Amino acid sequence: MDDRLKTKFILNVVLLLAVALLIYWGQDNLNNFQIRILNLAGIFAILGVSLNLVLGFTGMFSLGHAGFMCIGAYTTAILTMSPRSKEIIYFMEPINPVLANIQWPVLPAIILGGIMAAVFGFLIGFPALRLRDDYLAIATLGFSEIIRIVVTNTITITNGALGLKNIPSIKSLWVYWLATILTILIIKRILNSSWGYAFKAIRDNEIAAEAMGINIFKHKLLSFTIGAFFAGLAGALMAHLITSVDPTMFRFLFTFQILLIVVMGGMGSISGSVVAALIVTIGMEVLRIVEQPMNLFGVLSIPGLPGMRMVIFSILLLLVILFYRQGLMGTREFNWDWLINKLSTFKLRKRGEAA
Amino acid sequence: MSMDILLQNIANSITLGSLYALIAIGYTMVYGIIRLINFAHADLLMVAAYIAFYGIFLFTLPWWVAFLIAIALTALLGMSIEKIAYRPLRSSPRITVLISAIGVSFLLENLGIVAIGARPKPFPRPEQLVWNIHLGNISFLSLTIIIPIITLVLLAALIFLVKKTKMGMAMRAVSKDYETAGLMAVDVNKVISTTFAVGSSLAAIGGILWSMQYPQVDPLMGVFPGLKCFIAAVLGGIGSVPGAMLGGFVLGFLEIMLVAFFPHISGYRDAFAFIILILILLFRPGGILGENVIEKV
Repeated sequence: MDDRLKTKFILNVVLLLAVALLIYWGQDNLNNFQIRILNLAGIFAILGVSLNLVLGFTGMFSLGHAGFMCIGAYTTAILTMSPRSKEIIYFMEPINPVLANIQWPVLPAIILGGIMAAVFGFLIGFPALRLRDDYLAIATLGFSEIIRIVVTNTITITNGALGLKNIPSIKSLWVYWLATILTILIIKRILNSSWGYAFKAIRDNEIAAEAMGINIFKHKLLSFTIGAFFAGLAGALMAHLITSVDPTMFRFLFTFQILLIVVMGGMGSISGSVVAALIVTIGMEVLRIVEQPMNLFGVLSIPGLPGMRMVIFSILLLLVILFYRQGLMGTREFNWDWLINKLSTFKLRKRGEAA
Repeated sequence: MSMDILLQNIANSITLGSLYALIAIGYTMVYGIIRLINFAHADLLMVAAYIAFYGIFLFTLPWWVAFLIAIALTALLGMSIEKIAYRPLRSSPRITVLISAIGVSFLLENLGIVAIGARPKPFPRPEQLVWNIHLGNISFLSLTIIIPIITLVLLAALIFLVKKTKMGMAMRAVSKDYETAGLMAVDVNKVISTTFAVGSSLAAIGGILWSMQYPQVDPLMGVFPGLKCFIAAVLGGIGSVPGAMLGGFVLGFLEIMLVAFFPHISGYRDAFAFIILILILLFRPGGILGENVIEKV
């Protein structure tokens, strides 16, 4: 099997190189709009993977991702905006003097965004994770709304409902997709560690897991906090992609989109979430045409239908959950073993035919 | 605070509490019978309000005809939702059904936006139902009295239905254990359908009264009342009809009084309900009237 390990290692390196080449090519050849969509897809992939860790691998139905994103986005926004634009933007009430003159570089600010979200995830998880299933869902949804309401009301820190503008912009595909790939690798690593096995044991049967000596609460909290960290990270990246944030951005709608990605990709499949994130984000943009007025052959004109995209996506979610519950990938992952096996049986069959 | 303003606030909190109670009962009934937070319940309010709105304005029906049609159609919609989106998932994990419910809720909201547009519309107030009452220095709408009366009458009818009729007995049986109830020749599907019909018509009545009290309709109008009424149901003890009633009144009262006594934190009003929810889930998950059930292996 040593041989196979070596092959797999080479294949992984080749895959990473191919992705790097694609990013390199995309950075030079795609237009700004396409790059923006791909960056958004990367952010959604991070979100999908992190919700999947919580929902698909640990079996905790958390609807709080939008709140954690909100924390991450605001943290990085407040830390990286220049003192001058802060002075202009906070015209309702002046900014808290402690924050007025801070200007951090982008990278530590984004990471701190994730850490802040993780801290809140820990604090929220501490009481909330004693609940289960639907109660947990509604409690995390509640916390996410509370975060949004607090952000709307703490005007000297967050500028309230007006939101923040002029956040330093990052346009490079490299930044977002490097973050995405790192997220995937880290979460994969976690899932293959003893933590990951504990998470899956808790998902499959909490009582049996406890009987096997797994500390349920500790592992749930761990999974929830890691999920919150990556959600905060994605929120921070989002702030730099869109360059403005306001509290209405982080409504439940956002969590719904992430949920759609996880369900579509398969609860319990990292690669499924990544593929679904690409499909949903690009689909969102492609379907923009159904919301715009159309003119068919110059005869038939159809007025634009705002909201139609979300109708399509809600129907999609219902269809997946009713008829194709495992989603694109189920709990399977894309892996080389499967591919190598397929190829070798193919080769064997061919040899058989030749003989 | 002067006496008049206090009385005014008490009147407001009774109205709001009755509305919460009415809608919370629907949540509690559905939860009691299939252990599902029916996210779509909130959007049924909106659907009923819009049907009534179009009945009156587009088809120029008398208000009471429009209201009755709205209630009937909403009940039908509630039953269809159960049949299409929840019934096929009855034996699957609770998370799956919950995702389905969230999907239905989003579908209804966005269909509302597509079909009607996101702009709020003014809801009519029929003169026979809504007039001003002056009592000393305070003045209030007739709705302040009508809404609690309707709520109490419906509650009494519902308790009669659940406690005294055959269907009610079947409902209680299904809620205890639907598999065993099925073995005892209870038509489980019919019972669940009926529960959804009753719950949805209560949501419809709640929705119509809500839009008369706060005379405006828009496709997302159900979201916050819906969440708060669910909180009310949990507060009172989910699964218990009188509990939902109590929870609704308590939540309405606390919310109005919070804003009345501490106006400077009124921005946090919507967060307040969630804080109550989290506290109650942590310290008394059964709610005020519910029993604390220990989960068995």
